[in-house]
Amino acid sequence: MSSSEPEYSKAEVIAVNTARLLADNKTVFVGIGVPMAAALLAQLTHSPNLSIIFEGGIIAPQLKRGKMPLSTNEVRAGRKAMAFCSITDMFLYQQRGFLDYGLLGAAQIDKCGNINTSLIGSIEKPKVRLPGSGGANDIASSATRVIVSVTHEKRRFVEKVDFITSPGFLEGGDSRANAGLIFGEPYKVVTDLGTMKFDPASKRLVLETVQQGVEARYVQDNTGFDLPIAENLQETPPPTRRELSTLKAIDPEKVMLRG
Amino acid sequence: MLRYALDLKEKRRRIEEKTKSLQSKVMNLEEAVGRFVKEGSHMAVGGCLYSRTPTAAIHEIIRQRIDGLTLSRSLVGMEADLLLAEGLLRKVVTSWWSVGYAWGISRVMRTAAEGQLVTFEEWSHLALGLRYRAAAMGVTFLPTFSMLGSDLENTNEVKSMNCPYSGERLLLVPALYPDVGIIHAQAADESGNVRIGGYEFMDQDIARASERVIVTVERIVDSKTFRERPDATTIPFFCVDAVVKLPYGAYPSECWGSYEADFDHFGEFAKRTNKDGIEGARGYVDEYIHGSGSFQNFLRKMGPRKLENLKENMRNVLK
Repeated sequence: MSSSEPEYSKAEVIAVNTARLLADNKTVFVGIGVPMAAALLAQLTHSPNLSIIFEGGIIAPQLKRGKMPLSTNEVRAGRKAMAFCSITDMFLYQQRGFLDYGLLGAAQIDKCGNINTSLIGSIEKPKVRLPGSGGANDIASSATRVIVSVTHEKRRFVEKVDFITSPGFLEGGDSRANAGLIFGEPYKVVTDLGTMKFDPASKRLVLETVQQGVEARYVQDNTGFDLPIAENLQETPPPTRRELSTLKAIDPEKVMLRG
Repeated sequence: MLRYALDLKEKRRRIEEKTKSLQSKVMNLEEAVGRFVKEGSHMAVGGCLYSRTPTAAIHEIIRQRIDGLTLSRSLVGMEADLLLAEGLLRKVVTSWWSVGYAWGISRVMRTAAEGQLVTFEEWSHLALGLRYRAAAMGVTFLPTFSMLGSDLENTNEVKSMNCPYSGERLLLVPALYPDVGIIHAQAADESGNVRIGGYEFMDQDIARASERVIVTVERIVDSKTFRERPDATTIPFFCVDAVVKLPYGAYPSECWGSYEADFDHFGEFAKRTNKDGIEGARGYVDEYIHGSGSFQNFLRKMGPRKLENLKENMRNVLK
């Protein structure tokens, strides 16, 4: 990466690159943090008819810029929504196939896209207990396309996660389908350094694009497993002024976009 | 006996024996908690994280020091930290446990789970919802694709099966039958018809799944209100055992349409526990719960101006 000070933070570039993946007239299951900012950015730029869905049982709200909710179950999250339902029914809409995208974060992610948000260390005696799945396991199991948005760090991108909270392609190959997960699939992993997709046969992560000015080798150096490079590796253009100013309006105090 | 095996006949018998009376079930909080929350009870808590938490009832359980509790809830927040600080909690069944995204990872949760002071049983959010729903339906399990292939499937030792009709593999989540459900709502009549405004979360299923149900409410309204709009009733009277009038009974949580959450109060709690862990939570319990003596005194300590402001905030958000 260039030595000059970047004009945008890691969280901002992740939000921008996630937003760019969200097509118009789709539904997106959104959690708290960067995903929420990304979904709202997509709505306010290229996808005005993208509908946001929150686990609290909230369908198609119109969030107020600068007044972001601090949980997906509180009153601000449901501002001017089209419909409310129970939490269980919200996830059942997803299991039925109504959710086009699911956006997730991860404490750890491995080469097959499995996610850990439960614990670091061993199951019997965890070194660090994390809050847990929430709806992440359900999104990873049933959303049609799952996008994981995280900062690119070696300690986060590990060979094998300590605990599979939310399934990616499990052991790779056909193992996800063999476990019974026949719907929905891991789609992309978006970081501050680039975007990864999954190899169609091995179901392992492949570097698809790098952020402008980032060397593929630098991405590999920050990844805890062997990361193949796509044949036609592309460069992602940096966030535009419009994308950045929209993000600032969405989250001026950087509550979602910390880091 | 298999894990999750249950005596369905007994579960059913207890509902058959309930009084399904249209007469008044209004009582005070001390009586409701004293009668229906027992040592070792499994209590399902309504609301979600910092929304419609039945805070007043949690305080009363702490004042009565009812021990050995299992707490189940969709997302568990500050209420678990408080019960844990008082040493009343044996097990937490949830999909997520912390005070809230804005305040980082709960140190109380970490100390308790890493030190094995309590059992932290983690399910996916849908799986937990389906556990309540299976009980609400009076059956023993429900099928889903959630948790398949994950370590949540393995650690919880849940069974799966191939569909006898078309062959798909499905995970079978076992029914969860709470001893008592505790729900805070905006309004009820004296017989226990309940209207929940805003998000229902898992409360309707909890009310059907639980053997006993305590409802604390912002206001008690005439039964006529329900007869005029039966389509707006969330929970019918025959599910409910106790109705307790408790304005601001969810504070510092939000109550949709009534008042917003007191983020400063949650922030103060998180600051105490981030600094001193469980001791910090204990300090809070001593000062605000035992020190107040009653929920009304706790609210008085907060001051009428603050509570009015939270109402004003709610009005502004809904504009």
